[in-house]
Amino acid sequence: MNAAVADIRPGTATPLPTFIEFEEASITYGRGAKAVQALAPTSLKVAEGEFVALVGPSGCGKSTILKMVGELLAPSTGHVFVAGREIGATPIRIGMAYQNPTLLPWLNIRDNVMLPLKIVPPFRQGYRSKRKTEYRDRVEALLDQVGLGGFGDKYPWQLSGGMMQRANLCRALIHDPDLLLLDEPFGALDQFTREELWAIMQDLWLSKKLTVLLVTHDLKEAAYLADRICVMSARPGRILDDSPVAIARPRTIDMTFEPDFVALNQRLRAMIVGARGGTGIVSHPPKPV
Amino acid sequence: MERIGEIIREKGASTALIIGVFVFWELFCLMAGISDILLPRPTQIVQALVQYWPAIWPHTWQTLYTTLVGFSIGVVIGLLLGILIGSSKLAYDTAYPLLVGFSSIPKVAVVPIFVLWYGAGTVPAILTAMIICIFPIVVNVATGIATVEPELEDVMKTLKASKWDILWNVSLPRAMPYFFAALKVAITLAFVGSVVAETVASNRGIGNMMMIASSSFNVPLVFAGLFVLAGLGVALYVLFSLIERRVTGWAHRKTDLASA
Repeated sequence: MNAAVADIRPGTATPLPTFIEFEEASITYGRGAKAVQALAPTSLKVAEGEFVALVGPSGCGKSTILKMVGELLAPSTGHVFVAGREIGATPIRIGMAYQNPTLLPWLNIRDNVMLPLKIVPPFRQGYRSKRKTEYRDRVEALLDQVGLGGFGDKYPWQLSGGMMQRANLCRALIHDPDLLLLDEPFGALDQFTREELWAIMQDLWLSKKLTVLLVTHDLKEAAYLADRICVMSARPGRILDDSPVAIARPRTIDMTFEPDFVALNQRLRAMIVGARGGTGIVSHPPKPV
Repeated sequence: MERIGEIIREKGASTALIIGVFVFWELFCLMAGISDILLPRPTQIVQALVQYWPAIWPHTWQTLYTTLVGFSIGVVIGLLLGILIGSSKLAYDTAYPLLVGFSSIPKVAVVPIFVLWYGAGTVPAILTAMIICIFPIVVNVATGIATVEPELEDVMKTLKASKWDILWNVSLPRAMPYFFAALKVAITLAFVGSVVAETVASNRGIGNMMMIASSSFNVPLVFAGLFVLAGLGVALYVLFSLIERRVTGWAHRKTDLASA
């Protein structure tokens, strides 16, 4: 089933079409003198099937970018295109996972993961008849893939933080989204669980080849998972740097100790330290257009 | 066997307390020589309960009927209002002040108005029971719905879930523990409402029976009426607790589900 999805995607050799495009998109909260620009006019392109990480100091608008792509926020100026059309007009499927797993405590893991199938077309049409058969198998297969096989009947509170986060990832992926939005999904986990989940995330991405936007504070995480890393400045957020990660896949934890990887980390780190110190305190009022 | 022992240990203290209170009451009245016109002994009350049971029974039935009808209507209205107020910021800001003002009116004060409109009897009792239990339900349901995690709402919105989808799959189930907590408060309040209305303006019901009994100085019968009300209140409270356990067991996992 997953293999079939991977097959219809273009091969990696040919240049991939643009999937997400920001055209001078900005976000300003409030009006007049109280207006705060959270995101300076930003342009960004993400190719189909690409894994892009956004890193930067706190409050720099990383999550704002994610919310704009997820159609939770409309740009104050500029445009955001997803799959070639302006957001809102695009019937693409999106999966989203936050640091807080927000699993529903009254449902077991299987039903939690199945929730999107109940809501997203075309799955919702057959939900009643297929939930005990086809959808159940679908959920079990995905749970197996993240190492949660046999946990379908458990309730969220019976699971550890890492397991809940795996279930959260499954919920974000069960409806075969074209786009996965991750907002610090591994932020609350301990180091070893986090590394385990990186590997799982990489496997999922390699098997499904979907477009992923990852917001994270963890530079190692960004470098381990992403094809490209965008470094953002402090508020109002801008993209300061956009570097490809030239490390072969599948990546392993051992590779994170190699010189290339360490050098990349150090460079990113220096940039973020600069971004924090440089414009971290002063917030500029928006220029009249 | 182990489970029975556990129950005895759990319930033992409260049972002992209840029995202790009645024993103390009985002995206190006997030793202080208190007249049964002032404070009848529990044994006298039970005796009155048995003696007058054929007369008490229709009144009990009437009170139970008005309370349950009023309570049911109140629950439906409260639930609908709570959903409306909880799911819209505008409705919340608009309706809440009015609701608070409405709820701070002593409900006894509205009984004469109901009597004016509908005459003495069953209807004012039902309406008073209804009106008294709306507010706690509205507040609780609205709170449960309004406090859905924003992250979860974002997840639902990116799935293009409709307001109805979110309400049905997330907000309502999430509000259920709040709803049941309110039901337990509301059912006891509903008895207050119906009995007050019966006392003021009715010729049937436990409240009315107690009024008549006290005017003829049949104090044991007055207290028998109180016992009946307490019994009804406890029975319905227990009933809703049991339903709550079944429906929202997930919210009480620490006590019993953990071993499941």
